[in-house]
Amino acid sequence: MLIDGAAVDWARAQFALTAIYHWLFVPLTLGLGLIMAIVETKYYRTGDVFWRKASQFWQRLFGVNFAMGVATGIILEFEFGTNWSNYSWFVGDIFGAPLAIEGIVAFFMESTFVAVMYFGWDKVSKGFHLTSTWLTWVGATISAWWILVANSWMQYPVGCEFNPDTMRNEMVSFADVALSPYAVDKFLHTEISSWIIGAVFVVAVSGWYLLKHREAERQLALKSLPIGAVVGLVASVLAAVTGDESAYKVAQVQPMKLAAMEALYNGGNDVSLTGVALVNPFAQPDYETEEEAPLRIAIPNGLSLLATRSLHGYVPGVNDIIKGYTREDGTVEPSVAEKMERGRTAIAALASYRQARADGDSLEAAIALEALRPNMQYFGYGFLKDEHEVVPFIPVNFWAFRTMVGIGSLLVLYFAVLCFLLWRRKDVAGQRWLLWAAIALVPLTYICSECGWVVAELGRQPWTIQDMLPVSASVSDISAGAVATTFFLFLVLFTAMLIVELNIMFKQIRRGVDPLPAPPQGGE
Amino acid sequence: MTYSPLLSLLQTTLPLEGGRVGALPLLQHYWWLIISVLGALLVFMMFVQGANTLIFRVGRTEEERRMLINSTGRKWELTFTTLVTFGGAAFAAFPLFYSTSFGSAYWLWMAILVTFVIQAVSYEFQKKQELARVFQFGLQLNGLLGPLLIGGAVATFFEGSNFVVAKSNLTGVGNPVISSWANASHGLDALLNPWVLVLGFAVVFLTRILGLLYYMNNIDDEPIRQRCRSLLLGQTVPFLILFVAYVAHVLLKEGYAVDAQGIIVLEPMKYFNNLLALWPLAIVLVLGVVLVLYGIIKEIVNRRSGNSTSIWPVGIGTVLTVLVLLLLAGWNNTAFYPSTADLQSSLTIVNASSSEFTLRTMAYVSLLIPFVLAYIAYAWWQMDRKKIDREEIEGNDE
Repeated sequence: MLIDGAAVDWARAQFALTAIYHWLFVPLTLGLGLIMAIVETKYYRTGDVFWRKASQFWQRLFGVNFAMGVATGIILEFEFGTNWSNYSWFVGDIFGAPLAIEGIVAFFMESTFVAVMYFGWDKVSKGFHLTSTWLTWVGATISAWWILVANSWMQYPVGCEFNPDTMRNEMVSFADVALSPYAVDKFLHTEISSWIIGAVFVVAVSGWYLLKHREAERQLALKSLPIGAVVGLVASVLAAVTGDESAYKVAQVQPMKLAAMEALYNGGNDVSLTGVALVNPFAQPDYETEEEAPLRIAIPNGLSLLATRSLHGYVPGVNDIIKGYTREDGTVEPSVAEKMERGRTAIAALASYRQARADGDSLEAAIALEALRPNMQYFGYGFLKDEHEVVPFIPVNFWAFRTMVGIGSLLVLYFAVLCFLLWRRKDVAGQRWLLWAAIALVPLTYICSECGWVVAELGRQPWTIQDMLPVSASVSDISAGAVATTFFLFLVLFTAMLIVELNIMFKQIRRGVDPLPAPPQGGE
Repeated sequence: MTYSPLLSLLQTTLPLEGGRVGALPLLQHYWWLIISVLGALLVFMMFVQGANTLIFRVGRTEEERRMLINSTGRKWELTFTTLVTFGGAAFAAFPLFYSTSFGSAYWLWMAILVTFVIQAVSYEFQKKQELARVFQFGLQLNGLLGPLLIGGAVATFFEGSNFVVAKSNLTGVGNPVISSWANASHGLDALLNPWVLVLGFAVVFLTRILGLLYYMNNIDDEPIRQRCRSLLLGQTVPFLILFVAYVAHVLLKEGYAVDAQGIIVLEPMKYFNNLLALWPLAIVLVLGVVLVLYGIIKEIVNRRSGNSTSIWPVGIGTVLTVLVLLLLAGWNNTAFYPSTADLQSSLTIVNASSSEFTLRTMAYVSLLIPFVLAYIAYAWWQMDRKKIDREEIEGNDE
């Protein structure tokens, strides 16, 4: 069967659907997990039964969310095999390892200790319970580490070599894969930005109780607010710092993604950083003829500074990357047309190598290998049919990036104000606008977080693994109709799951904390 | 050939044919062992599924059913995790198996995944009383189909599957996909093979036995325990018939052998020969079966009341038995994922494995597995010291 575009599109849609749903659950696990562990630590230290009730309250909300993350996560893992089987085989020698480690090291930790945390009150000792709560969060965080290592490797493949005898890439350095600088930045940025979701969630729920004048939950709300505020401020500032570092890494290893994020058609030195511009959100701009996006408002030299750490640094635009360009250090990046030519040479050389090996012709095999080696780095380009295929869909990257940065900046501002007011001992409960703002920030923060992933994944198109394998060569041999069927199946399932989760979540929030046991002799 | 202490240890402990082997074959055998252990643990952990098919026969009232669902509701994530880790380990150690099986037998694996997601949703649904019937149906659906399809997937290790692998496709730009199913059913045709169904249903009944024994251990409630005990025999008889039939069939059937050049050939009574060649496994197999029978018979014959611990012999016996069956499929120069469409496409632990570097790296990671098992055991020993009773469920009602 010939692989057609529709089969690739449906496979992408299905993976995107699963990933987007998965990411509705995961950041809350990471963020709320941290906060509930802090709250329980307060209980462990003070022995105050209020903190115990508060821990149980936040842990109940955590539990509702957790299972859904697990359920969507299993689909994601297996979709590499079901929908991207060629990819799985081509780089499974490298890519499988972090997934297996995630299972062995992180998942068992999470699933064991979440049960102790959830059902173990009064069954295990206070210390063991607290340890379990922290280990639930540690497990989730380790899991995030390994899955982000895997994802970073797709953005920036390191520590591997192509083996023409096995026809696949093989790992040569585990440290390069596991501790890749791209992975370190990605982990920090993703993990820390998830803490913001936890913080916004805690502040919003607390705010809702105060707005509704729920007396039973007033103490919970007032004592949870500062925890959420501090975690939120620290995390949103750190997310900005790590975000800047991530963008710098993208500029180094994925210049096309950066050009798409910035709608930078023609690069150069002293490039300004676009604030906003009129980029039609629904159509790929005519980057070949347009000089720049219309109505552009920009910070002079901003992009050069961000991408090269120098005000005058050279940043290539979309057209430069297609036509080839010379970096400041004098190295030349070939044009896409040349890379495609060399990619086709690599594919042809590989075919002759295999033929020669099958015929037992070692001289011919050596010649083919000689032709393969220098061109192997452009192997993936050999599958492209048109040089413009290397340009991702610019509007989505442009607007998703701006949405992420915009909401992210708003979050820094919000938590700074909240912390300031709490620090000056203002009556936060009376500031209704501040509490309503927290509730409004919940959906915005999720949008912000999802936008980060949209940029990360759509900015990499057409590649599954940057420059190594395009999506069209990564899929399974499954018809578009079959994948479309499972797409809609999952759409219905996941949507039902989300509705149930929200329903239960709201019910639990309305229900509030369990009443405190009556004090022995009456009175407070 | 470099031999680290870890490899030396493996060399002396694994019951391999033919003395000292190279590092790569050793690691391939080791990783097939890890995959087999995970698979065996998965079958045991599917007591959650088996138990869920019986909630209406064990639980007569809504309160009793809440106890039952609460009891497995604390363990299902562990089963899930075992399935995920099985997939991850297969991906890391035998990527060609992972890509070929999942990408070709698409519908079979999708059906498995969907039922497990339905299960996860159903455990969430239980908090919504008005939809109680829907979630109970979801749990039963997964409880039946999960073990049936996973058992069936295990059977394809012996029966073969309808796929083709052609690595040279990679250099064909029109369709560079190397693994494909030979017909449009994408895996569902495996269910037309009666032997696949025999093992599938054997696993269904086994998980039901395990589920009943788990309830009897985990829930401190005499009426529930008595009802579980009375249901045991009805599961045991079909299980034994199906299981004995399948084992006899496997040991007598011709199997998929690999010769020294990597050519796949059909060999009469291959799996029986494997058992003879790897004789320590025969002892483990007998031990496993004896433990399973001992636990079940003890529970059926013994009519005393009070806590039951038969889940342990039966559970351990299950793990040992499944472990041996999976090892017979992969060790001793056997193709563990045979192709009926193209014999030479069959996957072996040699041609489907990762590189020596990856296997070696992952072997160090695998040293953590005993620690993982230890903390799981410790945590659950702490948790299950106090059994679930009616009081706890009423107090916990959400």
